[in-house]
Amino acid sequence: MKIAVVVFPGSNCDVDLFEALHTVCQADVEYVSHKEKSLESFDAVMLPGGFSYGDYLRCGAIARFSNIMPAIVEFAKQGKPVFGTCNGFQILTEAGLLPGALKQNNSLKFVCKTVDLTVENTKTPFTSQYGEKEQISLPIAHADGSYYADQETLAKLEENHQIVFRYAGENPNGSLNDIAGITNEAGNVLGMMPHPERAVEALLGNEDGLRVFKSLLESGKNTIEEAAF
Amino acid sequence: MVNVRIFVTYKESVFDPQGETITDAIHSLGFSNVKKVNVGKFFDLQIDSSDKKVEEVVKEVSEQLLVNFNLETYRYDVMEEA
Repeated sequence: MKIAVVVFPGSNCDVDLFEALHTVCQADVEYVSHKEKSLESFDAVMLPGGFSYGDYLRCGAIARFSNIMPAIVEFAKQGKPVFGTCNGFQILTEAGLLPGALKQNNSLKFVCKTVDLTVENTKTPFTSQYGEKEQISLPIAHADGSYYADQETLAKLEENHQIVFRYAGENPNGSLNDIAGITNEAGNVLGMMPHPERAVEALLGNEDGLRVFKSLLESGKNTIEEAAF
Repeated sequence: MVNVRIFVTYKESVFDPQGETITDAIHSLGFSNVKKVNVGKFFDLQIDSSDKKVEEVVKEVSEQLLVNFNLETYRYDVMEEA
C-alpha cells in the first residue's frame, strides 16, 4: 500500500503523519504537494493538521481550491481511503467530502491537551484494530474543533454509524453529540479532530493512535489478498 | 462599478460563543439593557456591473465561497456606484 501525505501551505503536522507511517509503521509513504494534480499510484491519502492558507476565511476553506483537490475528491468517490486529522478534517468538510462543519470552540480558546475518546465504529479502514467501544486517549490541539451539523444530518450520522470517535470525558470544544471523528456514508473518508499521529510510540507517552495507521495498512493487505484470489 | 457589502452571520440555531462573551462584557460595563449580541463578518466587493448581473455575482460568490451553509447565512446591501 502506497500512501500520500498531502502538504498544503501552512500544514504543520505533515512530518508527524509521514514519520508515523514511515518510521513507526515502515509503510510506503510519500509527500504530495498541493500543486500536484494526480494521485495515481497511491492507495490511500492523508491530510495533515495545521493552518492551511493561514485559516483565511474559514479553516480549510481555501484549501478546497488547491490543484490537488479534484484528485482527492475523485479518489474519495472511487471508495479509496481518505483520512484527515484536525485541519485535514476541516478541509474534508469544506470540500463537501464529509457532512457538517467545524466551528470555533465554545470556550473561544485554543485547546491543547490529551482527551479520552470512545471508539464507536470499528468497521472502517482506520479503526479495525480497535475494540468496539474501546476507551482510548489522544492529543487534541485546535481552536476550531466544535463539530456542527443540523439535526437531520446528526440523526443520519447516528443511524449510519458514521460517528467513529466520540469524546468520552469532558467535551473539550462543544461538539454536538460529543463528535470527535466521522466518516462519509460509504465509510472510506474519515475526519477527526484528535491527532493519532502524535500518539504512536511509548517514548512519546502514548501509543493509542498507532492502530489508526495499522488498521489502514491491514485494510490494504486485505484488498490485495481479495484482488489476488 | 457597484459597491456591495455582504454580511455573513451564524444561523439562529448555531451557538455563537463570541456573541455570548461580548454580551457578558457589555453587562460588566453596566449596560444591562443590551440583551443580545450577534457577531458576524462583512465583505466589501467592488463589482464591474457591465457584464453579469450584480445580484447573480453576489449570490454565486456567497454561496460558493463566502458562506458555509452548514453554519452561516448571509444578506447584502448594494451601495452607491463607485
